Amino acid sequence: MTQTMTHGRNQTMTIARHGLPRPAGTAWAGTAWAGHAWTGLSDALRAEWTKLRTVPGTAWILTAICVLTVAVGAATAAATRCGAGTRCTIDPTKVSLTGIEVGQAVVAVLAVLMISGEYSTGMIAATFTAMPRRWMVLAAKAAVLTGLVLVVAVVAVAGSLAAGRLILTGNGLTAAHGFAVVSLHGPTVRAAVGSVLYLELVGLLSLGIATIVRDSAAATGAVLGILYVPPVIALFLGSEPAWQHWVERYTPTNAGLAILNTTGLRDLVISPWAGLGVLAAWAAAALLAAGVLLRLRDA
Amino acid sequence: MTATITPYRPPQQAGRDGFAQLLHAEWTKFRTLRGWVIAVVIATLLIGGVGVLLPRGGCPGGGGGCVVPHVPIGPGGAAVNDSYSLAGQPLPGDGSITARVTSLTGLIAPDQNFVGPNGPSNTLSPGLVPWAKAGIIITASTRPGSAYAAMMVTGSHGVRMQYDYTSDIAGLPGSLSVASPRWLRLTRSGDVITGYDSADGRHWTEVGTATLAGLTGTVRAGMFATSPLNFTPNFPTYGEPGGSVSDSVATGAFADADLRGGTPGGRWTGQQVGAEDANYNGAPPSGLGFRQAGGRFRVTGSGDIGPVVAGGVNTNYVTGTIEDHMFGVFIGLLIMIVIAAMFITVEYRRGLIATTLAASPRRGRMLAAKAVVIGLVTFVLGSAAVAVCVIAGSQITHAAGTYVLPVSWLTEARVILGTGAMLAVASALALGIGTVLRRSVVAVAAVIVAIVLPYIIGVTGILSATASEWVLRVTPAAGFAIEQSVPQYQQVLGHYGPPDYFALGPWSGLAVLCAYAAVALGLATWLLRRRDAGGAA
Repeated sequence: MTQTMTHGRNQTMTIARHGLPRPAGTAWAGTAWAGHAWTGLSDALRAEWTKLRTVPGTAWILTAICVLTVAVGAATAAATRCGAGTRCTIDPTKVSLTGIEVGQAVVAVLAVLMISGEYSTGMIAATFTAMPRRWMVLAAKAAVLTGLVLVVAVVAVAGSLAAGRLILTGNGLTAAHGFAVVSLHGPTVRAAVGSVLYLELVGLLSLGIATIVRDSAAATGAVLGILYVPPVIALFLGSEPAWQHWVERYTPTNAGLAILNTTGLRDLVISPWAGLGVLAAWAAAALLAAGVLLRLRDA
Repeated sequence: MTATITPYRPPQQAGRDGFAQLLHAEWTKFRTLRGWVIAVVIATLLIGGVGVLLPRGGCPGGGGGCVVPHVPIGPGGAAVNDSYSLAGQPLPGDGSITARVTSLTGLIAPDQNFVGPNGPSNTLSPGLVPWAKAGIIITASTRPGSAYAAMMVTGSHGVRMQYDYTSDIAGLPGSLSVASPRWLRLTRSGDVITGYDSADGRHWTEVGTATLAGLTGTVRAGMFATSPLNFTPNFPTYGEPGGSVSDSVATGAFADADLRGGTPGGRWTGQQVGAEDANYNGAPPSGLGFRQAGGRFRVTGSGDIGPVVAGGVNTNYVTGTIEDHMFGVFIGLLIMIVIAAMFITVEYRRGLIATTLAASPRRGRMLAAKAVVIGLVTFVLGSAAVAVCVIAGSQITHAAGTYVLPVSWLTEARVILGTGAMLAVASALALGIGTVLRRSVVAVAAVIVAIVLPYIIGVTGILSATASEWVLRVTPAAGFAIEQSVPQYQQVLGHYGPPDYFALGPWSGLAVLCAYAAVALGLATWLLRRRDAGGAA
């Protein structure tokens, strides 16, 4: 019974989109649709974009990502000084990008809302009815999220670096005093590009976890727990260097944020790109698990 | 038709609307949701389990299984260092001791050079650590940990009166020189000791008075010198350990020593206090001691008379605190925040809020009942879990070779119940924010970011020490201050940082979190009264 309905809905959608009637028998399971997989994806993308665009709050969240990231980075830069006669190991680029620590939480909120909002209102059933290839829904959500986060992350990172350069130079952390000033040189570019990728990967990790957890509040707790708890645990494990080392190398935030460093790379427990790779592996694993669970579970 | 319609009012409404009824209703809502109950139980198990199962503790230089040395306990119950060189005489009853300190000089070993009790002593170079001490002392006995009061000249903190290890009062400022020596005096009247200092030996100023429990019968009075380990932090970042440590010795030169009330014609005899003990942190005793030439004395000592602090500088044992095992609290806190926010946002999502408010039209009371229910559940379970962490965790740490600083049972109770209260207040904050925002995702994220992120930023050394302290003063993360069990002492150098030390005291920190929760709940109540019952999803 349900299947017939599904076919019916599908057909209606197809007619509406292409103006051509399709026989009900050649629905999603049939071979005739296989060639149209990417057409389906573009529909899915359009659907996800429309949903996100028309939900109140999206604009607020995107603004919050930029504003909070830049504001926290600027405040940290303003509080960073190096008194005369003290040995300072300050990395100006890293200080400027401190706002990423809070910006990632807002990116996570955006990602969680994209999927758990549908679960809490029951809309997910309609989504999957219209788009029976569930992995495609997830892929479309991931793609829309990636595109949006790319735009705001570039703005946030550029704003943070500009503010940091201005403020830190004003605080006397200049090249003349031996500091690696924020500029368009190799390590800063790596940190800037890496920060954008970091926020992207946090978004994808959050989307994956939220798809697995489904409930919005629990998903938010789980995502922020994975992002914020390991750094705290690492702090407490000072007397267990092996465990501490493990936490610092293989948890998303600790490893991923290695990309912010431009100086003292030798002392890092994981190199910048390898750290980002660890975060990418987490995101990939979360999305894969989400895709599998979407297939196995009831809507 | 002029019939008026009288709204139906059930006669028992007042009774049904009582606060007890509300509490019962909210408790029923809470306990009948199986997911919440399971989550709360998991949070409890994680707080207790993670702290106990993740091993912690070890020996100097890493590893485990070493034997924790016996550490003397001072009159106030704190673990203390008590090692110094003494030139003393018995003082049977009331009396006084006066002496002029003419110089204070010292030697410091090179960086990271732990000469240790049996190491070489020929590597020392001239220098004085900030809290090198030389002066006069009246002590109940020379057994480490005894009650005492002392007047002293320090390396760079002027004249101080210190007593019973933890108390420190400033006297004359400035450094010592031949042109400006320091006269010091201690008087004993029963168990009351009064300290005086003077720049000329004629005009005396009272520095402080100490009543020392157990200072009865014959005590010892004399001249002493000691010098704690030289410690240079690597980088002045809050809570980030690291620095170089080395031995140091200090020599005090004295003249005009005068003991009143002692044995007539008594001789000053030298003694090394605490240098043979297993916990001794100082230079080899062979180079220390006391010399007399006419009316002049030179006392050379190493070690310290003061409290042992967490993250303090020790070379032969590692210190820990009872709160070291409490990192599971962060995981529990996150779960409780999620549950507390859902406690109200689920009602909005399901539309239950309309029914709830119809049944209990006084909306503020409904919110209060929710806060009480979620707060009590969190407090009881959180405290129980933290008790397991603190008690079992400390024993595990001790067995691994770390010396867990002893605290009074009152402090232990404050840490356990206070952390439970901190979790409860954080839950109330989440409930308030959840009511204001009516959307669980944003509410949960806002509270987690507000509590946990400042802690990370404040502790991981991103900011300077001053900025970090401010972050941990003004944000809700200040609430974690309730976990600290041992006080910070400015007269002892060490790594002072979370989780052992906060810029705010335990109760002030919790009060900051309470203020946030009160503002959130106040705003929530106001909005509840003002808004429609329905609200957003």
